[in-house]
Amino acid sequence: MTDPVLRFTERGMYCTAADAYVDPWRPVPRAIITHAHSDHARPGMGSYLCTPLTAALVRHRLGDVPVQALPYGTPLRMGEATVSFHPAGHVPGSAQVRLEVAGQVWVVSGDYKLEADGVSEPFEPVRCHGFVTECTFGLPVFRWDPQAQVAAEMNRWWAANAAAGRVSILGAYSLGKAQRLIAMLDPSIGPVLTHGAVEGTNAVLRGLGAFAPATEQITPEFDRARARGAMVVAPPAALGSAWARRLGPGSEAFASGWMRLRGIRRRRGAERGFVISDHADWDALLRAVAETGAEKIFPTHGYTEIFARHLKAEGYDATPVPTEFGGDDEAEAEAGA
Amino acid sequence: MKEFAQLFTRLDQTTKTSVKTEALAQFFREAPETDRLWAVALFSGRRPKRAVTTTDLRLWAAEEAGIPLWLFEEAYPIVGDLAETISLVLPPAPDPQEQSLTQWILELRAIARAAPEQRRAGVLAAWARQGTTERFLFNKLITGGFRIGVSRKLMTRALAQATGRDEAALALRLMGTWDPEATTWAALTAEEDADSDASRPYPFCLASPLEDPPESLGDLSDWLAEWKWDGIRGQLLLRGGTHHLWSRGEDLITDSFPELARAADFLPQGTVIDGEILVWGDGAPQPFAALQARLGRKTVPKKLLAEAPVRLLAYDLLEDGGEDLRAAPLSHRRARLAALLDGLPEEAGVDLSPAVTAPDWAALARLRSEARERRAEGLMLKRLASPYRDGRRRGDWWKWKLDPLSVDAVMIYAQQGHGRRANLFTDFTFAVRDGEALVPFTKAYSGLTDAEFAEITTWVRRHTQARFGPVRQVTPDLVFEIAFEGIQASPRHKSGIALRFPRMARWRRDKPASEVDTLEGLRALLARYG
Repeated sequence: MTDPVLRFTERGMYCTAADAYVDPWRPVPRAIITHAHSDHARPGMGSYLCTPLTAALVRHRLGDVPVQALPYGTPLRMGEATVSFHPAGHVPGSAQVRLEVAGQVWVVSGDYKLEADGVSEPFEPVRCHGFVTECTFGLPVFRWDPQAQVAAEMNRWWAANAAAGRVSILGAYSLGKAQRLIAMLDPSIGPVLTHGAVEGTNAVLRGLGAFAPATEQITPEFDRARARGAMVVAPPAALGSAWARRLGPGSEAFASGWMRLRGIRRRRGAERGFVISDHADWDALLRAVAETGAEKIFPTHGYTEIFARHLKAEGYDATPVPTEFGGDDEAEAEAGA
Repeated sequence: MKEFAQLFTRLDQTTKTSVKTEALAQFFREAPETDRLWAVALFSGRRPKRAVTTTDLRLWAAEEAGIPLWLFEEAYPIVGDLAETISLVLPPAPDPQEQSLTQWILELRAIARAAPEQRRAGVLAAWARQGTTERFLFNKLITGGFRIGVSRKLMTRALAQATGRDEAALALRLMGTWDPEATTWAALTAEEDADSDASRPYPFCLASPLEDPPESLGDLSDWLAEWKWDGIRGQLLLRGGTHHLWSRGEDLITDSFPELARAADFLPQGTVIDGEILVWGDGAPQPFAALQARLGRKTVPKKLLAEAPVRLLAYDLLEDGGEDLRAAPLSHRRARLAALLDGLPEEAGVDLSPAVTAPDWAALARLRSEARERRAEGLMLKRLASPYRDGRRRGDWWKWKLDPLSVDAVMIYAQQGHGRRANLFTDFTFAVRDGEALVPFTKAYSGLTDAEFAEITTWVRRHTQARFGPVRQVTPDLVFEIAFEGIQASPRHKSGIALRFPRMARWRRDKPASEVDTLEGLRALLARYG
């Protein structure tokens, strides 16, 4: 029996052959990073290997840390392993990590979705023997409508608010979800304004030619009378805040896969919930798993045990793996979903 | 169910009461008449007879979704609502059609009448023609519990807005027995005399908790103080040669309490009394636990009638000689009530709930501190000059309850909540110490903020020791102050103790699990207050 390509350790997923960890949650000398969200790219690593776009975002978030950029599809020899990145479709720059050791190929999905969202590099299936897959939405109740349909709903909501002289405030994670939503908006309805946290990411991506839509940041000097009829994209924490109230009479919405569930929609207290996620839904997870051709499947964060049990019944060798990505913790994942 | 589904969507997409009221009012003005009647019926807790069992529904939904039943059952507690879970797992309908609420209800009726083996086909055929929202509502019609953020009060206000009728008169009209199929919109919303329907109760007047010191209420002589009994509120109607008994939740409970039928032999027709139903023994009210055995029964076994007989302690007189007294001041109603009940023999089953008198607020506060020994929860304070109002209006009726009892306990099991709290761990089991052992003694679900529940949810996921189905055993580390209103002996519980209204008063982050209260301490409370 050959050694497994990855071992699941206290600090994270460790590839012995490469002497590197994938998305570690404790400080390690060498980290391979799938994408720039804070539960995957953490501070304190000796070095970071990631895609060029993720490299820029990691520097934006973590400051001047030692980052090495590796473009998609380019193999890199690390010790006895060959490492390469492949688009995961989750957020701009996000990648699956392919690790090949002595003919054995394992892929760590990071977070991913199959639908092309217009701002992230679209997901590419990678054949492998072992597939470490997220399953944030690994339950058959999660099914997403096509992006165009959600875009139409969102623009209708905005247009109705604008017609009534109200500001629309859309809560979305600053990296990825926010840019995706902005690209879905119909700019003929009105101006698109942003919270500083969102604009920070916009600027990084614009600088790399990865984001085009025009947005204007709401600064302290901003004339708030101009918010009437505008769309404001802000982090979820800004919903219901004093900052949001100062924009004048408005309507708030939250955009997340969790909005599929009425209970969670009501708990968030936002008036509208748009069901849109940067994670794969149930059908997409099953399709992604099938397309890898892998026999060994390792579901990580999300409904890992339920998803693994289902995969086993479908004939896979599936083992849930505890990780600390948002934990096994939907409450935290909720913000980034 | 186009109009109704639109209404639901509008209600569901707002948190503003004004928007909800307007959406409902518009529906009541524009929707087809039978749909309007059914909507009022559904929002006031009525529903069509259950056409199929929920067991069958789950099975069929899983089959249609192409998933194993266990997977459906795993998803259900996470979604927190059966009707919603079904609507989410089913594949999108190939051909959604628009059908009115009434048409769907009639279709359900036909399914209920069909032979058991044909019901499956009927339900599947319905699902195949419904979008996600219609499916959710259709499933809700089957499973019941139409709680979609519309209180009866809100509905009545919208109804008043749509019809131009008086809100209080409409509230009265909607109480009691009526059937959406046997009445018309005009009849339901017409203003009528209160006595046109012998069984119709008056809307209950409700009290607010007293948060300020009682001295803030002014002169004690302006107030009536009574014990706040720990039974169930009831309204006894003697009209048209018969009697009806209503609970505060507007359930007709006449048959559950046959002892009160005797009242009609001693009291005149045209009498309506508001009071508290209590189990009586040894000349005193018995704990609420004794009454629990009497609730929800259509017929009462003789043995139970002998073991746990009830009496009505009368608080107020709403109708006397067929005259609606509600607008008269409480002092006047109370005097007439006392006169009516004066000299009534014991077998009438009705007594006057005594006034609690004291020379000043301080003396009254001392009497209140004895409430638990008298099996009362505290005192009620009612303004003597006040009319009998409809619902909860602050200012005239106050409940001045005792501070709850409390113990510090450690969480040992956690389970996810439902509905708005789905996906959060909110249902906890608590233990006290017994030497080295931890003895579970109560569950509690409420009292913390959403933020605290979210924090505990994260903690539970990281400190799970074992799983028993949906229940997780956790490291016994988190300590909470558990508040409760009463304590009783209970052979059904491992600890031998049952609490009344337990809830989490606060999270004791300052206290280690080694310092929680003991079983011995609980037993001492039981000896004193049980």
